[in-house]
Amino acid sequence: MIEIKDIHKSFGDNEVLKGISGEFKPGVTNLIIGGSGSGKTTLLKCMIGLHHPEQGSVEYDGREFTTMNFEEKIEIRKEIGMLFQGSALFDSMSVEENIMFPLNMFTEQSRKEKLERVNFCLERVNLEGKNKLFPAELSGGMKKRVGIARAIAMNPKYLFVDEPNSGLDPKTSIVIDELIKELTEEYNTTTIVVTHDMNSVMGIGDYILFLHEGKKFWEGSNKEIAHTDVQELNDFVFASRFMKAAKDKF
Amino acid sequence: MNFTNFGRYLLLLKAVFRRPEKFKIYLKAIFKQMDFIGVGSLGLIAIISTFIGAVMTLQIAFQLVSDFIPKTIIGSVNRDSSILELSPTISAIVLAGKIGSAISSEIGTMRVSEQIDALEIMGINSPGYLILPKIIAGITMVPLLVIMSMFLSITGGYIGGTLSGAVTPAEYVQGITTDFNPYTIVVALVKAFVFGFIITSVPAYEGFYVKGGALEVAQASTRAVVVSCITILACDYIVTQLLL
Repeated sequence: MIEIKDIHKSFGDNEVLKGISGEFKPGVTNLIIGGSGSGKTTLLKCMIGLHHPEQGSVEYDGREFTTMNFEEKIEIRKEIGMLFQGSALFDSMSVEENIMFPLNMFTEQSRKEKLERVNFCLERVNLEGKNKLFPAELSGGMKKRVGIARAIAMNPKYLFVDEPNSGLDPKTSIVIDELIKELTEEYNTTTIVVTHDMNSVMGIGDYILFLHEGKKFWEGSNKEIAHTDVQELNDFVFASRFMKAAKDKF
Repeated sequence: MNFTNFGRYLLLLKAVFRRPEKFKIYLKAIFKQMDFIGVGSLGLIAIISTFIGAVMTLQIAFQLVSDFIPKTIIGSVNRDSSILELSPTISAIVLAGKIGSAISSEIGTMRVSEQIDALEIMGINSPGYLILPKIIAGITMVPLLVIMSMFLSITGGYIGGTLSGAVTPAEYVQGITTDFNPYTIVVALVKAFVFGFIITSVPAYEGFYVKGGALEVAQASTRAVVVSCITILACDYIVTQLLL
């Protein structure tokens, strides 16, 4: 479980996060949603230590992360897998080398064992046989799936996903969403997805934390989201005509 | 580089020299960088050094036209200029352009495409993994390139001088072998070592802290070459002052 308490973060005079708290449980898909500039990616980066919050704490199963030194943070990070918005695959490495990279760095497995793990991860994301391709040869959806395969290579306890559907067609988006949900349930990972995609919210949002102007405005599940009377959340969720029309059916 | 940048540069170097996660992987990266910096620059350094040596000989011969000065001086002056200044400094400036811009744009692109963030999330010391192999390759391969440059510059002087008739082969050979002080080689190698460090670490710093997109990566690459060249010249003066 990951628990955040009273997270504050500013960039100069601009206070992006104004005291965010929440609990993200394992085995369920936790979503952080909000409009552009609401602070969701900043919150994610504070949680994984790419940004340092001015105030507040982040606890990984009771282990306080923000006050840890470099070596202690590395130990936690070995338990983290992350899929970046742009996939962040290493351009100079093939698919196989990308997925094998964390295994090379942190395990003493033989090449055969590592290759077996790579093939298993590729199979898991339906990319069998694509080992030798380079990132430049992959489509957007394939890059995301390789990113997921790399993220799960080390059997992470915590999985972070930043905007998994950005730049993808609706069909591929659903495939990625379902893959994230399956992996979360299968490996009981604490999964946190940052998104503003309403299909993801309605499809996989077991726990949803809604941010607006740097504050937590609402939390609940996808089943509850359609019946809330929080104006800011309704404005966000039902902004499109399609969602407005579909609201009564939820 | 202002004081804030210099402070950040020192902090980055501190992170670079942290204990590597896995020596085997770093070793592989070091050999790859040695190939890029050393083998990849052989042709360029060879051409530049040979022509500079030839031109130097012609210019020395042009300036020392006097019956009171023996022509063997042409070889001596060319030898000492090549060893002490031209080979280390010109090679370093050329390499700063070739290697410095490549290092800066490679690391800068990795920064803007979140590849460095990905390394950090995996628990890898990204400055160490990305920069240390480049620095080690720089401080080992640049001195080797400079040794080759010295040899080719003196050889270029021989070819240029004898082809033009500015000096006879015997006079030139006598010049380069008379009163040779081996300490000049030590000075040149110290310079090459320092320049190798600058050529790799300064561009790495510029690339590592890029913010923005393609335009900023290009700007960082230009800044890396300019700052490296100025730092090379400043260090050239300091090393020369200290060792000669």
